[in-house]
Amino acid sequence: MTLIPNSEVDAAYIIRNAANDGKKVALCGGSTRAGFGNTAEPAEMVSSTGLSGIVDYEPAEMVMTVRAGTPVAEIEATLAANRQMMAFEPMDHRGVMGTLGEPTIGGVFAANVSGPRRFVSGAARDSLLGIRFINGRGEAIRAGGRVMKNVTGLDLVKLLAGSHGTLGFLTEVTFRVLPVPQTVETIVISGLDDAAAAKAMAAAMALPVEVSGSAHLPQTVRFRFLGGGLPAGEATVLRLEGLAASVAVRAEKLAAVMQAFGPVSRLGQEESQTLWRQVRDVYPYSDGTLKPVWRVSVAPSAGHQLVAALRLEAGVDAFYDWQGGLVWMRMEADPEADLLRRYIRALGGGHATLLRASDAVRAQTQAFEPQPDAVAALSARVKQKLDPAGIFSPGKMG
Amino acid sequence: MADTISFLKPREAVLSRRAAIIADLTELLPPECLVHEARELVPFETDAFVSYRRLPMAVALPKTTAQVAAVMKYCNRYGIPVVPRGAGTSLSGGAIPQEDAVVLGLSKMSRILEVDYANRTATVQAGVTNLNISEAVGIDGFFYAPDPSSQLACTIGGNIGMNSGGAHCLKYGVTTNNLLGVKMVLVDGTVIELGGKHLDAAGYDLLGLVCGSEGQLGIVTEAVVRLIAKPEGARPVLFGFDTSEHAGACVADIIGSGIIPVAIEFMDKPAIEICEAFAHAGYPLDVEALLIVEVEGSEAEMDAMLKAIVEIAGRHGVKTVRESQSATEAALIWKGRKSAFGATGRIADYICMDGTVPLGKLSYVLNKTSEIIDRFGLRVANVFHAGDGNMHPLILFNANDPEDAARAEEAGNEILKLCVDAGGCLTGEHGVGIEKRDLMRHQYSEADLNQQMAVRYAFDEDWILNPSKVFPLDGRPTA
Repeated sequence: MTLIPNSEVDAAYIIRNAANDGKKVALCGGSTRAGFGNTAEPAEMVSSTGLSGIVDYEPAEMVMTVRAGTPVAEIEATLAANRQMMAFEPMDHRGVMGTLGEPTIGGVFAANVSGPRRFVSGAARDSLLGIRFINGRGEAIRAGGRVMKNVTGLDLVKLLAGSHGTLGFLTEVTFRVLPVPQTVETIVISGLDDAAAAKAMAAAMALPVEVSGSAHLPQTVRFRFLGGGLPAGEATVLRLEGLAASVAVRAEKLAAVMQAFGPVSRLGQEESQTLWRQVRDVYPYSDGTLKPVWRVSVAPSAGHQLVAALRLEAGVDAFYDWQGGLVWMRMEADPEADLLRRYIRALGGGHATLLRASDAVRAQTQAFEPQPDAVAALSARVKQKLDPAGIFSPGKMG
Repeated sequence: MADTISFLKPREAVLSRRAAIIADLTELLPPECLVHEARELVPFETDAFVSYRRLPMAVALPKTTAQVAAVMKYCNRYGIPVVPRGAGTSLSGGAIPQEDAVVLGLSKMSRILEVDYANRTATVQAGVTNLNISEAVGIDGFFYAPDPSSQLACTIGGNIGMNSGGAHCLKYGVTTNNLLGVKMVLVDGTVIELGGKHLDAAGYDLLGLVCGSEGQLGIVTEAVVRLIAKPEGARPVLFGFDTSEHAGACVADIIGSGIIPVAIEFMDKPAIEICEAFAHAGYPLDVEALLIVEVEGSEAEMDAMLKAIVEIAGRHGVKTVRESQSATEAALIWKGRKSAFGATGRIADYICMDGTVPLGKLSYVLNKTSEIIDRFGLRVANVFHAGDGNMHPLILFNANDPEDAARAEEAGNEILKLCVDAGGCLTGEHGVGIEKRDLMRHQYSEADLNQQMAVRYAFDEDWILNPSKVFPLDGRPTA
């Protein structure tokens, strides 16, 4: 059963009662990211979908305050009408997770969901300025504010972002928005293997041209983008955004340098928008299967080495975002969690999150990267301070 | 010396063991890493919030993370307060010690350990100065973005403690947005690493929590920071306005137009006069408010952005427009602004306030600030980062007159409350320290503060890390 409080007061009441009764609850929004985390014991759901609507939006200040259950689509439409956007490009997980329903903004921040622009413009957590949430005692807590420089005291905003509903029930979020770039263009370098692509992407990021997207799409996935419309061979794609006059100049400069790596072609505004949305939403693995999908974050130069090492021992397909530092992997059969995590440690560290898998696989796999003992103990103490009765999905995050 | 702000009562059990503690610390650290003679302790008794000072028991200046861990473990075992210190440039008293405390200074840990251009990161020890990083990578076309005014002296460890900003944060964000990882010593001496060269946390965002925690959660000894490719060029334009309302509205309009300048700096008439007298930057003296707007990029990009920005200023009745035609002119425009604190210090004592307000409230808050200052019979100069609403009123007073100093402090408190009431924050980039500690209840409810303090307990149960800071001394929960 799902409880849908219509006010912050109701939400606090529900959670306070659950805490008093020692009853576990699972916090959710639109449940389009329902498969995230370790399989937790069945619990009553508390949904934020009854807390919906834009509370305050001042386009001139580039700040928006909304209730946590507000659909992302409604927010994006309102921002678009003012030529603004969420700079962190929140991914829509419905395709890859095979879920239905409406993603909510609370879910975006609870899972710290970001897209291709994250590696230069920051994650969801960097845009989140203030929150209201109900802690595990059923108290309404406010943290942060509505100004850019918002940290006074301890930054509980960052802590709640990405806590997957295990520390508190978000009721309201205030975040920074940015102007939509006047134009967008993509430089495509064709035919690079993964290692050469990593070099090309690093070279591009060292230029003063403000690349805002940097992905590498190997042969196996290249056909899935733009309906197969990318030029032949592997595609290394670099995005430029901004004022039209400026993008034109920067594109020339970038293309000139990238020619040393391979044949260069260019995509205009419309194709660029589609391509980067498909990269954002992990389109190649939005395949209607339950083959395990990993989201791996490592140093950009380590991404391709990780995949090369894994290929020798496991059935894996992969493509790269964030200059190679975000690796999307689909495993043919076994998730190979131990192997994957061993190689990540060997290559300088990072983390692997199991995004999608069958229930049987999920039951046996740690969804989030296991942490060193001291950090795990610290995290457990932090959770205890926000959720003393341990009612918010215990075990979901480790 | 002012005395409005109180410190925790020194722990008797610690004070009475002073000699034994110093003997023990001598065992843990090489001789050159420990300071305990009274006269040698004096430089550590305060920071840039000079109206308050307390002589610490000892100062540890470790050279390695292992030494930091040893000192931390020892102090935790005996309940000895520890006050972390970078360069001591805190304007809010974040590094001011107390009589029963060991100061843990990171100044000897000042090496850049690795620069990795392929991954655009620098791994540095906590005592490296902010400017050192940009200087080390500048020749290869990179920089580290946050640029506090004290960047020549302040350390990256201190920047992390205070989540420091600077003029260029409008485009690139503050420390928390440019920090990828830390090595940190917990209160019991355990060494942990959070983050690294990869993005985002595996579990809870403890890195985000640590950044801006003012030395209350542990001692950061190393950091991985993000490097950014230097823009091709940067060019400022200077605008003079007849009223601060016009200047404020112009700021809001530039931001709202879709152009993101790299900096928008604001100066009011007193600030203009002070800076011009000192720097001879050619600032107009017949205006009430001045904006410096800087854009970055290629020539074409800068031309396009500046054209749009000058048009916007025109709609707000701009009186003076000075576009820089050369690097020399650009430097001159910035020279006045950058000398603001030094120039002000030459004519009077001042306290530099730091609060943040929504952009739409800039001119309202400026006017109210003048009213408050008039009521207290003081003078104020405003020079601040307008693009993100980060106000820095400099309240001028005479430090030799205790009554004047008390009035300045009181006026400052009223201005900070005004920032909160206008929908903003008590802090921008200087932290809470002791300066704003007792105002925290104005911004947060009891439940909000209790939740923050509970999280603090998860890191430091005995409250020995920088214990007199950030949270009001009364009403702290006991566990």
